[in-house]
Amino acid sequence: MKKIEAIIRKSKFDEVKKALHEIEVNFFSYWDVTGVGNEKQGNVYRGISYSTSDIQRRYLVIVVSDEFLERTIDTLLNSAATGNVGDGKIFVSEIQEAYRIRTKESGSAGIN
Amino acid sequence: MDAGLFTANNLWMMVCTALVFFMHLGFSFLEIGLTRQKNTVNILFKNVFIITVGLLLYYIGGFNLMYPGEFNGLIGFAGFGLPAPVDAEGALDLTYNEGYTYWTDFLFQGMFAATAATIVSGAVAERIKLGGFMIFTLIYVGFVYPIVGSWQWGGGFLSSLSYGEAEGFYDFAGSTLVHSVGGWAALIAIYLLGARIGKFDKEGKPRAIPGHNLPLAAAGVLILWLGWFGFNGGSVLSADPASTSLVLVTTCLAAAAGGVASFLTSLFMYKNYDLTMFLNGILGGLVGITAGADQMSPNEAVLIGLIAGVIIVLAVALIDKLKLDDPVGAVAVHLICGIWGTLAVGIFGALASFDQFLVQLAGVGAAGVFCSVTAFIILFTIKKISGLRVSEKEELEGLDLHEHGMDAYPDFRMNQH
Repeated sequence: MKKIEAIIRKSKFDEVKKALHEIEVNFFSYWDVTGVGNEKQGNVYRGISYSTSDIQRRYLVIVVSDEFLERTIDTLLNSAATGNVGDGKIFVSEIQEAYRIRTKESGSAGIN
Repeated sequence: MDAGLFTANNLWMMVCTALVFFMHLGFSFLEIGLTRQKNTVNILFKNVFIITVGLLLYYIGGFNLMYPGEFNGLIGFAGFGLPAPVDAEGALDLTYNEGYTYWTDFLFQGMFAATAATIVSGAVAERIKLGGFMIFTLIYVGFVYPIVGSWQWGGGFLSSLSYGEAEGFYDFAGSTLVHSVGGWAALIAIYLLGARIGKFDKEGKPRAIPGHNLPLAAAGVLILWLGWFGFNGGSVLSADPASTSLVLVTTCLAAAAGGVASFLTSLFMYKNYDLTMFLNGILGGLVGITAGADQMSPNEAVLIGLIAGVIIVLAVALIDKLKLDDPVGAVAVHLICGIWGTLAVGIFGALASFDQFLVQLAGVGAAGVFCSVTAFIILFTIKKISGLRVSEKEELEGLDLHEHGMDAYPDFRMNQH
């Protein structure tokens, strides 16, 4: 089992969600995050220019069985991309065990 | 006079009273919107304090300090409380005035009184100690505002200040007597207080501290505009059809022109569509027309508004240049456009003449000297005794947490900045 963490543009979220459903990745969690990076935004407030480096993104956490890993990554790489700086990042890590609380199933049965 | 007409007059004045009351919500919303969320409860507390205590002060002595009847023209006092005039049968004497009853008179004027301190509240937001602000409000609304008001509206020396063609100072609804009175104190207060932490960098360059809720700021300004229907419309002091309708037209045209001029000026200067400048421009136009709303033609009202709108953008930049910190633009709107509106009575409209201009200038000067000196004495004394500013820790963490132990949005978190 793998944990895939993806930081994507908020504007791409609906597309990513739809693409994940199409390859039958139906369960994941997400939340809105603020980060800093190379991207700077120029703003003017009451005649004073200022730039914010606060970048708004959406953070997805997807836990999949090993056989789902490749297509999930491919789907994310394609559906979240615009080609411009700031499309986001994907991190993959090993998951030791997973359980479904209701049925007490573990392993792959616990996540799909 | 005809009882039906009197009823209509009085009813209009009571509607206007309610509209002016509503302006206090507008001021609160504007101030909240243009500041940071960590000080929201503090701002609401100040604004609620001002309208409640302001009204009580006006009841205790303010009304009779502002309208003392026959007096020396500088300061007079007709006694405490509200001794309503009664007729032979002991009923309320309705011959008090053709436009309103004694009670309406008190409440309409009382709604105005608190406005002066509300203006200060916006300028000093996010760093003034609540206790110091409350003491300042008590003295300023209790004494300074009614004394300046008595000079003109109470029949004092400004109202009879004749020079050449000019027969007395003219301030229809209070560009000087209300807005500048608040504006002068705001200017003195931000000078004595100093800027918010982070407003100027080490080289003294101004930095942006964006407001946290622009929908509230916009609602505040549109509510204030609506309130101005009563502020200026009620200052006719009757429901006179020609005068009230003209006043509403000049008021609204000046507001619209002020907003447009302000947004275009800031677009031209900063290449940016700045909503907050647009909003301030509307208020600048409203304050600008207030002194002569019944004297201007529609064209003149538009012109006064346009000039006020340009003044707003330049004045906001000037305040920054002077290293002063006015989060909501109160000095630009209420002081500078208040002065502009007062002087405009000598330039445009039915009263325009060079003599009138000089008399207007004298009125601006008299109110300016008295208000800034008294504001300085009050605030400087508070600063020496207890300090005006909250601690650095409190300012950084927010006044809501430290002065009130409360959060404005406990279940709803916006991005901090």
